[in-house]
Amino acid sequence: MTVLILTLIILIGAYAAGLVGSLTGLGGGVVIIPLLTLLLHVDIHYAIGASLVSVIATSSGSAAAYVKEGITNMRLGMFLEIATTSGAITGAIVAKYLPVQYIAILFGVVLIFSAAMSLRKKVEYIEEKKSVLAEKLKLNGSYPVNDKPVAYNVNNVGGGFLMMVFAGAISGLLGIGSGALKVVAMDGLMRVPFKVSTTTSNFMIGVTAAASAVVYLQRGYIDPGLSMPVVIGVLLGAFTGSKILVHSQSKKLRYFFAVVVTILAIQMIYKGVSGTL
Amino acid sequence: MKQDRDIQLFIGSLLRWGVLLSMAVVIFGGIVYLYRHGHSIIDYTTFKGQPAMTTNLSAIINGIFTFRGRSIIQLGILLLIATPIARVLSSAIGFIAEKDYLYTGIALTVLAIIAVSMLGGFGG
Repeated sequence: MTVLILTLIILIGAYAAGLVGSLTGLGGGVVIIPLLTLLLHVDIHYAIGASLVSVIATSSGSAAAYVKEGITNMRLGMFLEIATTSGAITGAIVAKYLPVQYIAILFGVVLIFSAAMSLRKKVEYIEEKKSVLAEKLKLNGSYPVNDKPVAYNVNNVGGGFLMMVFAGAISGLLGIGSGALKVVAMDGLMRVPFKVSTTTSNFMIGVTAAASAVVYLQRGYIDPGLSMPVVIGVLLGAFTGSKILVHSQSKKLRYFFAVVVTILAIQMIYKGVSGTL
Repeated sequence: MKQDRDIQLFIGSLLRWGVLLSMAVVIFGGIVYLYRHGHSIIDYTTFKGQPAMTTNLSAIINGIFTFRGRSIIQLGILLLIATPIARVLSSAIGFIAEKDYLYTGIALTVLAIIAVSMLGGFGG
């Protein structure tokens, strides 16, 4: 295929991936990797590198807006970034030694998990219980609800931290933001309100991805010719998605995308098991 | 905390301009690349690493001066990777200004981890 045609195809595909990733809350990375590997037969290492670059773009772009609104808990994010960046380096190192088949299978499993997570009910939960460690680390915060600040407490700091090491490792290994795992740590374990969890998770994704991107760069995973249409397309798609999201939040659409993503995931697992990737 | 609010606004702008600038560079490099190589045949099905002119900083700079599209794209990608790192650095400075030494330490730890990742020779 010529460079021009391939670039156009990837640009359109990446736009769709960014759009779907934004509408479902899955993120562009988990959609672009199966698209590149299954449909265009791109080597998974190149796909992971390009995806990771697009993850930094979408995370930084949307974090810019959330941070200004004051929803993001920056101290909590900074503290947990110690965990995610350490995990990310570990993941990027392991990626070199893990055979391609296992990467594909793991990717499929994480994809199915993320799809299931995207369908779950979102309940805003305010924790009243106080944790000594969270207080010492100044992690408790407040966020605006209907223009009024609502205070919340953070719990289970240790458990959340460990979960974040794992989330970072998955991010560094698979070239995705692993936002679903970060939200599990914050919303599920640390009992942070859902809105704060998602925006703070998004805030952390950029730094986490940067930590493994510097390793990928030296290893040759980040090919500029491939990354260029991927990052432009995913970012534009995510931007479109964020504009649509304000207007409609269709439940049927979410189920439809979750099914599509699960089919992609099963194909990744199948290709991994049969060794045809 | 008013100072916290100032840091938030500054970080918000930093992230926005970092993404916009790096995207502008990537798009410009992409146009140069397509103009020069649009009709070449490309194959990503087997892993061969990146082109030599994009793997290290001196090669990238050299490539920019010889107007190579892929070197310019790679510069844009480097700027993009630098954006969240610059965010951590500026929050470290913000925490120093607030005399919040605990969080200055935390921000510096994150920077140290990234430095290890960058210079640790894990690329090999």
